[in-house]
Formats: sequence, structure tokens, C-alpha cells
Amino acid sequence: MSRAMVIDDSKAIRLILTRTLCELGYEVSQAANGAEALRSLERGPAALEGYTLILVDWNMPEMNGLEFVKRIRANEKYSDVKLMMVTTETQPEQMIAALEAGANEYVMKPFTREIIEDKLRLLGALQ
Amino acid sequence: MATLVDNTAGPAKVEIHPDNYKFLQDYIYRESGIVIERDKHYLLEARLLPVAKKRELNSINDLCGLLRATAGPELKRQIVEAMTTHETLFFRDPGQFEALKKVVLPPLMDMRRTSKRITIWSAAASSGQESYSVAMMLLEMGLKDWNISITGTDLSEQILARAREGKFSQLEVNRGLPAPLLVKYFTRHGLDWQLKDEVRRMVNFRTFDLRKSMRTLGPFDIVLCRNVLIYFDQDTKKQILEEIRGTLQSGGYLLLGGAETTLCLADRFERIQAHGSVVYKVV
Repeated sequence: MSRAMVIDDSKAIRLILTRTLCELGYEVSQAANGAEALRSLERGPAALEGYTLILVDWNMPEMNGLEFVKRIRANEKYSDVKLMMVTTETQPEQMIAALEAGANEYVMKPFTREIIEDKLRLLGALQ
Repeated sequence: MATLVDNTAGPAKVEIHPDNYKFLQDYIYRESGIVIERDKHYLLEARLLPVAKKRELNSINDLCGLLRATAGPELKRQIVEAMTTHETLFFRDPGQFEALKKVVLPPLMDMRRTSKRITIWSAAASSGQESYSVAMMLLEMGLKDWNISITGTDLSEQILARAREGKFSQLEVNRGLPAPLLVKYFTRHGLDWQLKDEVRRMVNFRTFDLRKSMRTLGPFDIVLCRNVLIYFDQDTKKQILEEIRGTLQSGGYLLLGGAETTLCLADRFERIQAHGSVVYKVV
């Protein structure tokens, strides 16, 4: 089973996205911000094994989503992980910044389950 | 003094009388060719109650009364449009777009490298997402200096007016459209997203009833007629497929929706499986 991580400081959003991904066949971990996610990913040498997908919010305390994307992309061992931002930030400049930092896709909140599925299909991440 | 109006309540639900159901089945078939089966009460209610409410009528039975008395062109147009407008999204069924990009277009581009001309028909264009998806895909494939003609047709003029505008809501661009294409080919316009002229000018929209003769259309290299045949009966499907074949160049391609096929309906199409989808080549 592929593993995914949902990073959002809103518990409600984490639950919605987790439920969607679980129903799509993923084993899902959660984190409330970028720093917590990185700590979780770096916990052991094999910690990231099997992770193929990360959904990450932009505005979060400690470490925001853009910074998280940059950190992940700076590490070669994470190069295959698909990164999708799911955020209330909807300006083209922000979208460009996220894509240039290494995000593969970008979803503007509010989202529906269909939107998430369509985007995962585009990423080849719909199991 | 402010008056509170409960817009959520709407008219009390009134069952559609069986005579009226039959009347609507016949009327909609006659005007649009769409077959409404026996158990589609919810569909009629979902689509036609808003039309009834616009005319301050309380039920679909009342709407039928009006329709029987005065079937004016405006009411006819509203009913046809309410019944024919369907969901659409950018790059719907990505497998088919992959098949277009990797199987259909390369040999066609090779064949046309001198004339640099490709003609495409999106036969159920709705609000334009399919036509514009094809246009963006061709630009991404480097065909910017080619003479590309994409024709988008639909029965509904109202929906085509939206398509021509090329303006889409956040919800619409969130669905199916890759983010890199969104930032490349759209500009933010208030809450909406405006498609750039570079893409819009590749597509021409016009009304067309698929049940009519297609002699004035084409010739096309590719026809996309996706998720529309399902609304027609077998004879009409056969007729439409035969007419479409007549608009296609020799070696041209037809793309149908995932639940549609030419099988038992039209011969002279070769079924080619690619990228989890099917494309039909004229033989």
C-alpha cells in the first residue's frame, strides 16, 4: 500500500483529506505543520520509504508549506515524492512560486473530493 | 423594514403527472433528440424546476400547462438548454488526452509538416473546457506556429456564449486543469480566471444540432464527440456516427466518451486501444 502524508494546521481539513486518501487506497500520516512533518519524515533512515504523495497547506505555524516544499526538494532522496499544495492562497504569483519550488500540483481551497481525485489522476497518483 | 425571504424552501414538491411525464418525454425528444427514460423524474425536476420557477410557476405540471398552451421560442430554448447542459471539465479523461498526444497527433503532424494545418471538432463543446484543453495541449506540443482550427459546437447558444468568453470560476479551473497550464494560459480576473487570447483565438464556437446533416462541417482530422451519444436512442446514434464519419478526413480519428462505442452502430472505424482509452480511426 502506498503511503501519503497530509500536512495542514486545520484538524478538520486533515481529517477530510485523510479520509479521501484512505478511501483511495493510501495509508495516511498527518502533521500539523511543515516542521512537524519533516521531523516525522526524518525519524529514521527508512521513514520515508513508501511515501509517494504529500498534500501540504501553505499557511501554517512553525514552517509554512512553501518552505516545506523547498526543504523536501532540496533533498535528493525525496525527488520521486509527488507534492500537492492545498491552500487558500489563490494568486497566480503564489502558484508560480509553489511550482518553481517543486510542487507538482496546486489545489485552491475550497476543494471537493472530485477536485482532489482529478488532480491525483493528473499526477498519476490515483491508485 | 427588512423582509426575510426564505429562498431555500422553493415550491412544495409536486409529483409529475404521468400524462405530463409522457408529454415532456415526447417534447424533449422532438426538440433535442434526447431520450428521457421512464424513471428519470429526478432529472426532469432538477433541470426543469428552475425553468418553472423563473416563470413563477410552482410545479413541472404547471410548466407543462404553459408549454401546451404557448410553446414560444424562448420557453422552448430554455427547456432545451436546461436539459442539454452537462458537466464538463478541463482534460476530462486524461487517458484520452494522452492517446491524442502520443498516438493520434504524431503521425498527423508528420503528414502535415508542410501545410501545418490541423482541423478539430469538439462536437459537444458546452462551456468550452474540452476545446480549450485541446488548444492548450497543442500549444504545449509546440504547434504555436501551426494553422490550427478547433470548432466547438453545442445545441445551446447560452452555454456557447460562456465558452466564447473564456472566463472560468475558481472551482472550474481547480478541476482537471494542471496548475502549470493555469498559470501559463490564464490571468486572474477578480474571482474568475480569464483564458488568454492566444488560446481563445484557436477555437470558434457555433451552435449545431447533432441530428442535422453535417455536410457543411469539416473536413476534420479529429472529432471529439464525448459523453453526448449516451443521450440519444440507437437509430439517432447510428445516424450521428455515420454523419461524423463523413466529416472526417481519410485516416482521421474519432474520440468518444468512456461509456460510448461505435460497436454495432457504425463500421469503417478501427478501434485502437491506447493509454487506457480507445480512439477510433477511419478506415
